This record gives sequence, structure tokens and C-alpha cells, in this order.
Amino acid sequence: MTATTTTTPARGTGDPVLETVGVTKTFGGVHALRGVDFQLAPGEIHALVGENGAGKSTLIKVLTGVYTPDAGEVRYAGETRHFRGPSDAQDVGISTIYQEVNLVPLLSVARNIFLGREPRNRFGLIDVRSMNQQARELMRELTIDLDVTKELGRLGLGAQQMVALARAMSVESRVVIMDEPTSSLEAKEVTTLFTVARRLRDRGVGLVFVSHRLDELWELCDRVTILRDGRWVHTGSLAEMSRLELVSSMLGRDVEEVASEGATEFGESHRRGEEPAMVVSGIEVRNRLHGIDLTVRPGEVVGLAGLLGSGRSETVKAIYGAMHTDGGEVTVSGKKVRPNSVRGALRAGIALLSEDRKAEGIIPDLSVRDNIALAVLPRMSRGGVVSESKIDALVETFMRRLQIKASSPQQKVRELSGGNQQKVLIARWLCTEPTVFLLDEPTRGIDVGAKSEVQALIDELAQQGLAVVLISSEMDELVEGADRIVVLHDGSARSELDSSNLSSSELLRALAGDRAGDDTTDSATDSATDSATDSATPSEGEAS
Amino acid sequence: MSTTEVDPATTNSPEAAMASRARFAALVQRQGAFAIFVLVMVVASFSFDSFLSRGNLTGIAVQASFLAMLALGMTFVIMTGGIDLSVGSVFALGGVLAAWGSQHGTLVAFALPLGVCGFIGLVQGLVIARGGLPPFIVTLAGLLFARGLLLLLTDEGAKTYKVPAGSAFRKLAQNDLLGIPYPVLLVVLFFAIGALVLHRTSYGASVLAIGGQEDAAELMGLPVARTKVLTYVASALLAGFGGIMIASYTSSGVTILGVGLELEAIAAVVLGGTLLTGGAGTILGSLIGVLLLQVIKNVINQVGSLDSDWQAVVSGTILLGVVTLQRWLTRAERT
Repeated sequence: MTATTTTTPARGTGDPVLETVGVTKTFGGVHALRGVDFQLAPGEIHALVGENGAGKSTLIKVLTGVYTPDAGEVRYAGETRHFRGPSDAQDVGISTIYQEVNLVPLLSVARNIFLGREPRNRFGLIDVRSMNQQARELMRELTIDLDVTKELGRLGLGAQQMVALARAMSVESRVVIMDEPTSSLEAKEVTTLFTVARRLRDRGVGLVFVSHRLDELWELCDRVTILRDGRWVHTGSLAEMSRLELVSSMLGRDVEEVASEGATEFGESHRRGEEPAMVVSGIEVRNRLHGIDLTVRPGEVVGLAGLLGSGRSETVKAIYGAMHTDGGEVTVSGKKVRPNSVRGALRAGIALLSEDRKAEGIIPDLSVRDNIALAVLPRMSRGGVVSESKIDALVETFMRRLQIKASSPQQKVRELSGGNQQKVLIARWLCTEPTVFLLDEPTRGIDVGAKSEVQALIDELAQQGLAVVLISSEMDELVEGADRIVVLHDGSARSELDSSNLSSSELLRALAGDRAGDDTTDSATDSATDSATDSATPSEGEAS
Repeated sequence: MSTTEVDPATTNSPEAAMASRARFAALVQRQGAFAIFVLVMVVASFSFDSFLSRGNLTGIAVQASFLAMLALGMTFVIMTGGIDLSVGSVFALGGVLAAWGSQHGTLVAFALPLGVCGFIGLVQGLVIARGGLPPFIVTLAGLLFARGLLLLLTDEGAKTYKVPAGSAFRKLAQNDLLGIPYPVLLVVLFFAIGALVLHRTSYGASVLAIGGQEDAAELMGLPVARTKVLTYVASALLAGFGGIMIASYTSSGVTILGVGLELEAIAAVVLGGTLLTGGAGTILGSLIGVLLLQVIKNVINQVGSLDSDWQAVVSGTILLGVVTLQRWLTRAERT
């Protein structure tokens, strides 16, 4: 995209209060940040956005003194600083508000605000009355109506965030970093938080705001900095940017760029059965998922797309019973699945290949055979006795079928490549003869060759009649691999792409949440809009 | 100036009901042990004529004062989210060192046990706070170490050091002021200081913050490691001081004392309403916990027909009941 120059916005002028110059940070040879420049001006709210692995949280940790950069420097009020820990950064006036409130729930509001800096009386003891009085004044100043003697843990999460902000104010911070402060807040609490944040801005505080909710960026922030793959991509005024521009910049995809056909191993669309294999209706998870509906037919690959935090992984976890749901139901082959029970889901024929195969799947020190056999042990054993020969036969079948490259079934899984580890896991699930296979980022972190093999395998499984739900952050993989794509937004299925409008540019628009008649696209994006107007807009398939 | 509305958990009616239940939970949490204590006192005073006699009550108070010293230190330790298993052994070691030291003067009788016990606490605290090892293991090692040291000093417990007759050291636990024995006065004094320290000093605030949310305390820039070290030192010093008191009280260094006393101290603290996970509790509650345990012992002793082993059975049952109630109530409160 073209708009990568820093613009001159109304806010965010003046000498930066906090900046990084060429900051680089690596972890075990992997670059988390590469020469990132970031500038925060006093009196602005600066959004920091990027997808998974973009380097947002690393940058925040560098700014708050948790990490020391390998190269480059952090400057505060024009001076180079070397923070050795979060308290160093705090001492100079950088406060951080985390997603999970980092206060002490069992202490009172006033205690939390002044912890470590309590007012003393002449005997050197904490002056509780004066502490409460000062806390009350602070609250009044922020126009928050709150009993400061109340135990913090008894307040709602939003109120707790407010207290964290008050603490930031009381230390007279000149910088407040808010790392996904709204992710667990109710809409009303978000409004209050924003009011307080704006008040801080108007007092000349510089605020950094991280959120996955795109709407919030335009509501609150003045400028935005976009990171991608550890690199700085763009800094500019939000008012001059459309959602589509922002998202394509985040994902590194140009709207006009035509998808390179054949980038993946996926074949043409699949024959589908008519009766749905799985029907998911109205799945609710408090603050995360709002009435998700999903239907998958046998032999169909349904893609699940969405930006970070949109609820993709949560959706499959909820279906699989691994995340507590507050409502909704799942039926497989017409039979209702017991909710909130992994065993129930397994018995109904649902399998989940989770996003994090290291933490949630593979047992590295067991052999290929034993890793595959884990899932079938309950089925293959008779009265607690396992038939070794049956397992051997089964393992051999799957190793051949999935072309698992191992020296023998006895080889330890840790010695295999990432792609082959993934295949072992897929084999394990296939042993359970699932009806529905939920795949969460099945090709992440494996090399290109193995990736196409896994993609081909997914294709083949669908052709054999398995119903597949595929989550991927790679647009090509979804566009070419899926027969339909459901696009999630803030925990609801906002739109759906099917064969009539399945393309990368449509997916990009859907991810950005652009709708027909939406005014967020201004003249600057006309050219981008034009290129996509010939096909139907995603709002047609929108689930309201 | 307009006031921004904030939603504390008390706006609509089901939440208000939850809040009132939370208040009840907090009341039971804080006063549960006290209620049981009063109940036991009332029942006992009706059942046994001699129970409310001055002699019996003074006896209970003096007997409780040793455990109280351990419980005071333990309260701070548990409030940081830790545990100190070494205090029973440290208490016994302190007693033996005090009795031996009293043969070389009253000053030695105080300085030697406090020095040694304080050092044990310092090492434990440093290993826990700086080394990041679990308090359970570290203080278990401390328990074995102090007990072993004690056995070495006393030829495996065969030798009992006597406090010389006429030594001023005996006065510490054997004299009284206006009819109140010194150990009881000392406990009142120490607990008052303890409450002041917990609620009115930055050290106390750190203790509560660490137990409530250690990561948060760290991120807020509180001196987490230093606070923990201080807490284990204080716990060991108080246990050592309890030992000094018992040496003075019995006029000798009794080697078999203090076995399992750390568990009684933990029981008293938990009975008193301090959460085992740390972060909340009161100093006064621990004192009531100590008294409750002591009164139960006394009552069972008064029932002549009951074996004194019933003491532990009854104490254990009450402890389980109180902790279950706490758990149930805090769960009701936090959901």
C-alpha cells in the first residue's frame, strides 16, 4: 500500500515523550522485533496494532522495561534510558495497564492506588484517613464514583481498570500503556474507560492503546502504528485511514493484489453430502462468543476466518467442549452433543487438532506408535488388555496413508520434523474415526513442503467424506482450501463467503468488517474499493 | 462536574443479593472462630464449675502464650502466601539455647537463641525469596536442621540444661504484673505491634500485596524479596522468643517440646480467618484461633473420662469445618 508516510495529525505533534529507535529483539535466533521505530507524543492516544507474532507485546515489554532490547534504544522525554525492570520504567513515569488487572484484589481501592507510596503521619505510620481522602479526591478528579474503602476484588472488572488508571495518574505518569484493557469488559465499562483515557490525554499524558477490536481504534485513538512480522509498517492518523487499509496493512496483503492461484496444495471444491454432519447453533461464551452458528456437511471444508481475538479458536474449543459455554447447542448427525464435555464431544465424533501442538497434543518422548495409539487405547483394549498386534496394524496403516516420515514406528516424536509431528497428531485423531474434524491452524510453524502435504491431506480427508472446520491465518489457505468461509468478528459470525464470492479480496474486506454503504471508506480508498465492487459485497451473507 | 458511572458489583438486584451474601461471608471469615470460641466458653462455663475460675483462665492464657508467639509470625508468613514449617523446631532450639545461655547470664539467654533462630530465618528467607524455592520444602529443611542441631546440643535429648536458681531470667515467664503473668502481657504487646505493622506500615502493605497477587506487587515496584526475607526472619525470631519464654517458664531447656507445634500454629492462623493462599486475614483472628485451640484442650482435660488424645481429634474436626466453610463462602463470594 502507498500510505506509509507519517502524516501530520491534529494530535500527536510535539516532541515524543516516549520513543524507540531501531529496536531489535531476538529470542533464540528468532526476530521478534527488527529495527522498530515508534514515537508516542504527549497528549495523544496511539493505537498499536498487528496480528499474531507482529511484535506488539514484545514492543510493549521493551517500553515497560520487562525486556532489554538487543539493539536500538528507548528514549523517554528525549533521554536514552536503560530500564532494568518494570519498576525502573514506572519510576520515571511509565505506567502499564494490563489485560488482566494487575492489582491486589483483596486490598481496598485506596490501598491499591497508593501501594508502595502511602501517605505517612508524623510517626512514620500509614495515614489511612489521609490516604482515603487523597484517593477520593483522585476519583473525583477522574469523575469516577466509587467507594475507595471497598475491597478491589468486589468491583467489576471495568471499575478495576479504572482504579489501575487512577493509580497511573497518582504516580503522575506521563505515559500510560494499555495492553488490551477492554478484552474482558462489558460495553458500558468500555465507555467509562474511554472517558477516563480521554481525560488523561487532555491532561497531556501519552497513551498507547492495544486492542483487537477495530471499532475501538477509531473511537478512541488519534494515531496508529502498525507492526507486521516484527517490523514497523506504518504510522499515521487514524482519521485518514479506512478499515480496509488498516487490515490489509496488518495482514500484508494489498486489496488489489490478485491471489496467486495454486499457492497451496488444495484442489477444487469437494462433493458434499446434503444432510449436515454438524450443526452448531447459538454458541454463547460470556464476553467472547455471541451466538455462533455453523453448519458443516460431510465432505465439506468450512473455513473459519477472523483477526486475532475474533474468537476463532474459542469457537472450536467451545464446540469440542473444552471451553465452558453459556448457551447454544451442537448436534452431530442429528444427535445432540452433551455440552461442556470433551468426552461427550469425542463420543459424538468430534475431533480437535489444537493450535498449540506442543502444549496440547504431542508427547515428545513417546514413540510415533505410542503417540498415535493414545487416542485409541480406550477403544482397542478389551477388559483393560490392549491388543498389541491390532495397534501395530493400525499404526502402520496410518503411517502409510499419511506418509509419515519416520525411521520406524518406534522413533521418538521429538525427532520428527514439525510437519510430521502434525501428521502424527492428525493420525491420532483419525484413529478415533471422527465425523467432524476441527483443525486450528494445522499448518502453522511447519516448513513449506510439509505444509503442502498437510494441505493435500486435509483435501483428501474431505473427499473421503469427513466434515472439516479449518482455521487459518493464511488467506490463501482458506480461500483455496475451504468451500465456504465464515468470518468472525468480535465473537460473532459476521459474514460468510461461498463459492459465489470466495476470493482473497473479498475475504480481506470481510476481515476488515467493511459493509456495503459503510462510510469508513473515504476518498483515499476509492481506488481500492473500485477494484472490488464487481463482485458481491460480503454483507450479502451477513449473519446479523 | 458530571460523574461517570462505574458499575461496582452492586447495581442490580441479583448482584445486590450476592453482595449481601458476600458481606455475610466476610463476617464468617473474620468472626467465625470468634463465634465458636464464645460458644465453647459458654458451654464450658456451664459444664464445669472451675472453668471460669481465675486459676484456670490464667492457666489457659499462659499455656496459649507460647503457641501465640509462633502463630503471630506464622500469620505474616501465611499472608505472604508462604508457610513456615520450621517454627516448632526453632521454638524448641530457642528454648534449649536460652536455658544453656542463662547459665552465662540473662543477656546471653536472650541474645544467643535470638541470634541463632534469626539466622535460621534469614537463610530460609533468602533461599525462598532470592532462590525462588518453595517455602514448604525450604522450611521443612529448616525444621530438620533445627531439630538436628538441638539433638546435637543435648546428646540426643539426654541432657537437659537448667536455668540456675535465682537467675533473673526466670522472672520473664514466672512473674506477673497486677496478677497478669508476663507471657500474657508480652503476647498482648507483641500482637498489638503486629497489628500496627500489618495495617500501618509499608512493610505490612507489601505483605498483603504479595500474598494477594505477587506478580502485581512486583509490577507495582514493591520490594517483594526484601519483604519475604523479613517475614521469615520475624517468624523465626518470634518462634525463638517463644522458646525463650518456655525456658524461663519451665526453668529448663526441654528438648521434646515443639514437635508438631508448627502445625498447631498453622491451624490457629487458619482458624483465625487468614486465607492459606495469602493476602487477607487479621492478627486478632490468629490470637482467637490460638485461644480456641487452647480452650478445647482445657475442656477435654476437664472431662476426666476423656483421653487427652481427643484434643487433637476435636481440633482437627473444627479446623476442617472452618476451612470448608471458608472455602465455600469465598467461592460464593467470588463467583
